[in-house]
Amino acid sequence: MIEVRRIYTELEEILHEGGPAPARTLLRGSVAAVITNPFAGRYEPDLIPFMDALQPLGLAMAERLVALMGPHAGAIESYGKGGIVGAGGEVEHGHVWHVPGGYAMRNLLEKRGISTKAIVPSNTKVGVPGARIDIPLTHVNASYVRSHFDTMELGVPGGPASDEIVFFLAMTTGARIHARVGGLRKEEIKGLDGLR
Amino acid sequence: MPAKIRKLVVQVDETLREMGRPVEPPVRRAVALAVIENPCAGRYVEKLDELVAIGEELGELLGRKCVEALGIPGGQAESYGKAAIVGEDGELEHAAAILHPKLGAPLRKVLEKGAALIPSAKKRGGPGTAIDVPLGHKDAAWVRSHFDAVEARVSDAPRANEIVVAVSVTTGGRPLPRIGGLQKHEIKGEDGLR
Repeated sequence: MIEVRRIYTELEEILHEGGPAPARTLLRGSVAAVITNPFAGRYEPDLIPFMDALQPLGLAMAERLVALMGPHAGAIESYGKGGIVGAGGEVEHGHVWHVPGGYAMRNLLEKRGISTKAIVPSNTKVGVPGARIDIPLTHVNASYVRSHFDTMELGVPGGPASDEIVFFLAMTTGARIHARVGGLRKEEIKGLDGLR
Repeated sequence: MPAKIRKLVVQVDETLREMGRPVEPPVRRAVALAVIENPCAGRYVEKLDELVAIGEELGELLGRKCVEALGIPGGQAESYGKAAIVGEDGELEHAAAILHPKLGAPLRKVLEKGAALIPSAKKRGGPGTAIDVPLGHKDAAWVRSHFDAVEARVSDAPRANEIVVAVSVTTGGRPLPRIGGLQKHEIKGEDGLR
């Protein structure tokens, strides 16, 4: 059911962002898979089997992303996910990603000793080949941590064609460089409800 | 002066299937990009030596980043290309100073060979501007299956006083090449053309 056409990864190392140099480099990584949309051009009422069939892909992508983060994978602090559905499909086809994408990342990070109580924020839309999407990022254990509200603009050149869907996963090693707008700090996380 | 690097980005595009057919082995194309401060932004500088030295530094750094991302020994790379996007307070000649005089030699050293010209592109742009990095076979520019392009960008660069410098290295040509011309197994690899 799942035909993967392309895998696209991106790793960003932010060394400096004006002002004083940060104490450590911020890493932001993403992985995208371009797959065939089995429902392009028709209405399919039951999307649950598709959601289930995507679980191995979600896990494989999460593993690839953790490998991409390399030695810094133990310091993952925020995450996000999303999808762009080609014009022959509907936005609902992209929203199947919440379970196979989100839980794959959370389970994998939990296995590595990183608590992931917080929801994985997401964005999903219909787009043309080369469309870009802003993937929201928040802290893995407490959604209200203000320093970790961030965004990665992602896209796959040439994808999605009208019969394709691009699914994205993203992780970072920390807050915005020079975060200084107050709010809940990561040192204050209680870690009970995924919010604070 | 070494390059003042604000960020480094590495993108890898792996094609497994095209038009319903498997691509075996999958083709992987890496692009490594450095966002640097343009030391000549905002004024006319006659001698561009500082940018030439930055090009030499980035040829090695970005070439190595590509090969590491592909997970191959440098000698197994098949095609390459380079490009630069100059922020609005710079001139195209700044991109030329980085790309043309000295970037190639250290890149070729990383790839163990590289008899062919490194195809290039340059433009002026703002944050998020995309550039199509032209690709050609690293040892014989006439290999038709390896004429290709890979699109790259950095969403928040270049700012007006910055330059985005890109190097691309691949493990192969287009996914399903079938328009003839010189084949890669026919390469002599002596003159960089055939």
